[in-house]
Amino acid sequence: MQLVLEKRAERSATIALISPLIAIGLTIATLCIVFAVLGKNPIAALAVYFIDPLTDGYSLQEIAVKATPLVMIAIGLSLCYLANAWNIGAEGQFLIGAVAGSWLAVKTQGTDAGHWVLPGMLVLGAAAGALYALIPAICKVRFGASEILTSLMLVYVADLLLDYLVRGPWRDPQGFNFPTTAEFDPVATVPTLIEGGRLHLGSIIALLVVAAGAVLLGRTIKGFEIRVVGAAPRAARFGGFNANQLVLLTFAISGALAGLAGIIEVAGPVGHLQPGISPGYGFTAIIVAFLGRLNPIGILIAGLFLALTFIGGEQAQIAMKIPLDVTKVFQGILLFYVLACDSLILYRFRLISSSPKVQSGAH
Amino acid sequence: MGLIEAIILSVLAASTPLLLAATGELVTERSGVLNLGVEGMMIVGAACGFGGAWLSGSIIVGALCGMVAGILMSLIFALMALGLAVNQVATGLALTILGIGLSGLIGAGFVGERITPAPHLHIPGLSDIPLAGRILFGEDGFVYLSIALVVGVWWFLYRTRAGLILRACGDNHVSAHALGYPVLRIRLYAVMFGGACAGLAGAYLPLAYTPFFIPGMTAGRGWIALALTVFASWRPARLVVGAYLFGAVTILQLHAQGAGIGIPSQFMSSLPYLATIIVLVLLSRARTGGSTAPAALGTVFVPDR
Repeated sequence: MQLVLEKRAERSATIALISPLIAIGLTIATLCIVFAVLGKNPIAALAVYFIDPLTDGYSLQEIAVKATPLVMIAIGLSLCYLANAWNIGAEGQFLIGAVAGSWLAVKTQGTDAGHWVLPGMLVLGAAAGALYALIPAICKVRFGASEILTSLMLVYVADLLLDYLVRGPWRDPQGFNFPTTAEFDPVATVPTLIEGGRLHLGSIIALLVVAAGAVLLGRTIKGFEIRVVGAAPRAARFGGFNANQLVLLTFAISGALAGLAGIIEVAGPVGHLQPGISPGYGFTAIIVAFLGRLNPIGILIAGLFLALTFIGGEQAQIAMKIPLDVTKVFQGILLFYVLACDSLILYRFRLISSSPKVQSGAH
Repeated sequence: MGLIEAIILSVLAASTPLLLAATGELVTERSGVLNLGVEGMMIVGAACGFGGAWLSGSIIVGALCGMVAGILMSLIFALMALGLAVNQVATGLALTILGIGLSGLIGAGFVGERITPAPHLHIPGLSDIPLAGRILFGEDGFVYLSIALVVGVWWFLYRTRAGLILRACGDNHVSAHALGYPVLRIRLYAVMFGGACAGLAGAYLPLAYTPFFIPGMTAGRGWIALALTVFASWRPARLVVGAYLFGAVTILQLHAQGAGIGIPSQFMSSLPYLATIIVLVLLSRARTGGSTAPAALGTVFVPDR
């Protein structure tokens, strides 16, 4: 027997809708096996992972807090991927945004600066993210260098720059030699939405980004161009769409969103700049973008789901001593299943006997 | 041991994992498959390689464990990219994300443990020749293996019929298929070879480069290996030059830090990554006349029956 792929005449719309659900189901089944291998009760572990975080207010807020950067970054990445531009370096753009915005917070520390500080930080973060993303984009359109590799290399560079700043010039003198800046002033902090809670203004911004993404893709000519350039490059050329310009545009937007997410994260939930501000948001956002089918609403749902895996992973570590890396394994497996199920949209699987019977008789 | 000798030795050691991983990827890409999961295969190879060596007490068993781990990872990739015709870029990324998680899971028990690193060769007489002797005849086995591997790959690609067929698959899979060659099977073997090399390259790090395992110890070397195949224009001979050049940049920054020059260590550490970007730009720019990449690189192939 042999498995062969048969191209469908048309994309299957039904499967396009349910394929993410199939992928999640398969991932959870696989996760059960991983838990069993680790010697944990799979049912109990699944409950800790996926049910418990949904049952109390604190965890629910925490899910929204984690989903905020994921959704913002993934919306930008989805624009890139739709235009067939592979921005893999969102993690670096996130870090650079955090660094650039923090610069203002550090410089105005204790100066009684006005309420313009936080907006200034957000603008700086977004601008820095956009400029940083434009480096691989320009290298691609001007010189033909692979944007995949260059954007990824810049992640390591951004990481080292952040490390240098918090260990060197920006280190908090009262920080007991820890590599961190001082806590940001209140005017340099993203306000929380609930008194004493963790939910912050960034979540509202993320929702606005989702809405803007939906409008851009669904209602504007630019959005149409982005989709055509990615889906049918030849047709786009005949249509006179400038693919290079769209690469620059989508990279700039996604960099800006990643940078904005970065500064919101340090000025909000973290409260200061330090290494390790991102548990791999930039990479997890790639999964969010694909799981959400490169669609803004889908991304919002996918972002909440992946945020749940972060929170569930932390709770499982505390409650059942399940290693935190299970979350990353889970996310990796999920991406595989999402991609595999995507194959179902374009192809039909069929089993055929591997040794075709000898045709008898003359043709 | 003189300073120059020490520098050359450390350059060879730093270059070897790059050369191993890039050689495997070169064969994979020559068959028309772009496997961006090198970093993921390497990091799992590092964890399994260290685990194997630590449990068995043997460097060779460790190296084999790393290779097997790399092959298993590459099979996941092959199933997706070849079997299910999924986009190769996305699949490769997924492989890296999965690999980083898996290596953390596998390696968690080994953090803090130490092993005796792979011994350096010693041939009485030859190894005692000043300078050249130690460098030519006093390396660890992996260094010789990596060079033998590149030579073997060169011979295979350009001097054997099988190599010709493999290159044909990478340049035009439709024609190769029409001629009756099993394109997908050939690509499967190429992907597995790439996995074995990446796994071995990862295992080299805890087995010979440092005698311990830490999570994330590949530090982007898999990605640099990918850039090296571009640097080498998909030719084995240029790969050797590229790998040693990058090894030299890595060591340069280490020695510069050791010499206490006034530049912050983080800026020196970013040199290999910046060098990769610059090299990619310069090479891509020089090649405006036409790409030297295998023509079918990264495209899916679904055979019609």
